[in-house]
Amino acid sequence: MNHSFNWGRFWLISIPFIWLLVFFLLPFIIVVKMSLSDMANAMPPYVPTLDLTQGWSSLMEYLKQLDFENYSFLMDDELYVLSYLSSLKIALISTFLTLLVGYPLAYGMAKMPEKWRPILLMMVILPFWTSFLIRVYSWIGILKGDGLLNSTLMALGLINEPLVIMNTTTAVYIGIVYSYLPFLVLPLYATLEKIDHSLLEAAADLGASPMKAFWQITFPMSLPGVVAGAFLVFIPAMGEFVIPDLLGGSETLMIGKTLWEEFFGNRDWPLASAVAVALLLLLVIPILFFQRMQEKQQEANS
Amino acid sequence: MNPTRFNWFNATSLALGFGFLYLPILILIIFSFNDSKLVTVWGGFSTRWYVALFQDEAFMEAAWVTLRVALVSATFAAILGTMAAMVLIRAKRFPGRMLFSGMIYSPLVMPEVITGLSLLLLFVAIGLDRGYWTITLAHTTFAMCYVAVVVSSRLLSFDMSLEEAALDLGSTRLNTFFQVTLPIILPAIIAGWLLAFTLSLDDLVIASFTSGPGSTTLPMKIYSQVRLGVNPQINALSTILITLVAIGVVITSLLGKRQAEKEGKQ
Amino acid sequence: MADTPTSEPRKVFAPWLDPNQKPLVRFENVTKKYGDYTAVDNLTIDIFEREFFALLGPSGCGKTTLLRMLAGFEQPTSGRILMNGEDISKIPPNKRPINMMFQSYALFPHMTVAQNIGFGLKQEGKSKAEIDKRVDEMLKLVQLEPFAKRKPHQLSGGQRQRVALARSLAKSPKLLLLDEPLGALDKKLREKTQFELMSLQENLGLTFMIVTHDQEEAMTVSSRIAVMDKGIMVQVDTPAEIYEAPNSRYVADFIGDVNFMEVEVLRHEGAQIIVKSATLNEFKLETDSDLKDGEKVWLAIRPEKFIVSKEKPSDDQNMVQGKVWDIAYSGDTSTYHVRLEDGTTLKAQMANRRRVRNRDITWEDPVWVAWSYRAAVPLRN
Repeated sequence: MNHSFNWGRFWLISIPFIWLLVFFLLPFIIVVKMSLSDMANAMPPYVPTLDLTQGWSSLMEYLKQLDFENYSFLMDDELYVLSYLSSLKIALISTFLTLLVGYPLAYGMAKMPEKWRPILLMMVILPFWTSFLIRVYSWIGILKGDGLLNSTLMALGLINEPLVIMNTTTAVYIGIVYSYLPFLVLPLYATLEKIDHSLLEAAADLGASPMKAFWQITFPMSLPGVVAGAFLVFIPAMGEFVIPDLLGGSETLMIGKTLWEEFFGNRDWPLASAVAVALLLLLVIPILFFQRMQEKQQEANS
Repeated sequence: MNPTRFNWFNATSLALGFGFLYLPILILIIFSFNDSKLVTVWGGFSTRWYVALFQDEAFMEAAWVTLRVALVSATFAAILGTMAAMVLIRAKRFPGRMLFSGMIYSPLVMPEVITGLSLLLLFVAIGLDRGYWTITLAHTTFAMCYVAVVVSSRLLSFDMSLEEAALDLGSTRLNTFFQVTLPIILPAIIAGWLLAFTLSLDDLVIASFTSGPGSTTLPMKIYSQVRLGVNPQINALSTILITLVAIGVVITSLLGKRQAEKEGKQ
Repeated sequence: MADTPTSEPRKVFAPWLDPNQKPLVRFENVTKKYGDYTAVDNLTIDIFEREFFALLGPSGCGKTTLLRMLAGFEQPTSGRILMNGEDISKIPPNKRPINMMFQSYALFPHMTVAQNIGFGLKQEGKSKAEIDKRVDEMLKLVQLEPFAKRKPHQLSGGQRQRVALARSLAKSPKLLLLDEPLGALDKKLREKTQFELMSLQENLGLTFMIVTHDQEEAMTVSSRIAVMDKGIMVQVDTPAEIYEAPNSRYVADFIGDVNFMEVEVLRHEGAQIIVKSATLNEFKLETDSDLKDGEKVWLAIRPEKFIVSKEKPSDDQNMVQGKVWDIAYSGDTSTYHVRLEDGTTLKAQMANRRRVRNRDITWEDPVWVAWSYRAAVPLRN
């Protein structure tokens, strides 16, 4: 074996590593530090600021000024607790709704003749490449009071008064299901498509009706895809900003929106940072869980 | 799974599913040619919103900024992401490997508001003026993780004996990478580049945090208009963007198909 | 044959020869088409209870389609499939008293061995105690008791094969279909499993129908073999008949090794027929098939029917002269490739009774190749 130092390997690892340390990890440390600072009417709009030219004593002074005030504020003010809970609720319900829409779609795709499947797959991927913002925007024209949905339903005589969907949580559900549907369908389709057809034949051969075969074979075998897809919807939905901002109303509380308003509206950077840290803590469990699953999947594949 | 005979349940779920996915986009496109300013009333065919769009200097300016950011950040992301993928798949042991892979996978699931906020605070802390370059740096960082995932999945199925054969025939490691490994994983790198490019074009939240005066991106411009309600000019812009993306996706998938056929023949 | 009073001669199992026997399964003019492609062509065949029936043929000959129609996964385009006289074409696979062992085994990866074996019983709504009891029996039968709680991916290939077998037998089907059941096993294990399958079939008194492309396997296990080609059954007969009396060049060629020689029938001389090869001598032939003078036929001769010698053999048999071109040594036997005067080559197989280094025939040796009058089977094309 060659024991001389491998410079190529060193640089290969160091360059992306250092990049991520500087632009991913370091910013987080700053966010945590910021969440312990206080808001100020200055530029930058927070105190304390660290001035290392003043030496050791100033650092100690600086550390003394950091506190958990923002966090206790988060706990005390109903708005934040409610928006966490509401984010959780909205993310859970919309994940479930996405599953209801996405499972039959992925299943139908996997059951189509093989030559059709790449085209169907492309049709699922296509919206995913299209601007997220535009896709959310496209619902405004449909859902608003004098929008297409209401005018169609009224023209058909199904309703007399326009339905109020726009600027409600219902619109947010629709927006999330619509925007994240491909994220759920893709992994789910991949697992469903891999299920060996002879397993279903074997089940039928052993006396299982198509329904029983679905619940005993197809569904349990598709669970990894269901879980992966559900996480890919749930995690980003938790921190979603654009959808509640454009489609939701004032009663739609979501933590991503709260953070945005705290930062851009109130210019309270420390409090926004505290919200971010709290959101992250909330997401850490599902994210870690998801990563473990991904790694397991990779090991299984390799 | 094998196809079964025609089945009403499957046909219905496909029709409903794809109808749901495509109907809003279709409506958007149709109403971009609407002469009337109202979304619900068809006022006849017209291309006037397209004309208005191209005459709107603020839009064109924003489009130019977005394009520059996307091109540069996608290229950086492709290089850094490929390196990161090599590290993930090939370097099994080095100090901080757990941290490294954690940092690769985390941005994929990180709420954008957090990524945006944290990068902004970094740029403020190190005294970097916000503008074109800060957006580019931010986009490079989160896009490189996507590239890393795409390329590493290709590297996983890479036949190591090809590299061993090249080394056995006397090629240096660097030479082997450029002459054997790179050509084989290139389609994945290109796919990663395209993904990075689209993500950058698409991003509103991170750009909003990291941009400064004079560097408004297209999504930011769209967002500020859309907040005020439906706007036929945005419909026209959306139609153009959707068409471009559709053409891009069709071309890449055709290229991918040809590539797959080539590999299938070997 | 002298009968001794103490032992009756063992009755030969041949229900297909008995006109009073009712078949378990009858294919009646069954045709299966996929678009323009005819997979099974107007096929009629009876299969009887307790048979071990083998469908043999190259891939694409329609044998798997036949099996899948019986299991209910494919519908015949025309014709009927009867079981105990009843048309089962309309019955879905999950209601048929037929079970199948899949080529890929199709073991449910998310279930344990015991759950796999009990799957069919669970569908019938049997109680847990009943299922457990039957699963234990089946585990014992295939000697997998210690593996009940394992998942399929924790088993070896041979163990998986036995789980698949146990699962398909758990419901005591009237008919068990086996689709290339041993295809994934190595040669040694295959041979062992073939005998296990045979004794299982005999002891449980079941009817087995096996699809295979391996002619040796078909010969070993089955009571009757159907040799298939392009959707039709070319010959249906016992293994011995198929081997010794093939009815066509296709069957002769498909089963084992064979030499072909084109000859013209010259004349009948009592029980013997005199034939003449265009490029070689006249030969004598004793056969049951009735050949007409002047007819052109193919003689099929198995390599092991030849005797190769350096000395001229006795006169009461056919013989030709040639030169040893090549010798393929395979342990128990050697195959001699003998180049004849007309440039054709014969393959002759001889048992290696002596140590090879002592053998007296070697390359380039001039030799005689002899065969008895009954050894050659005449085949019309």
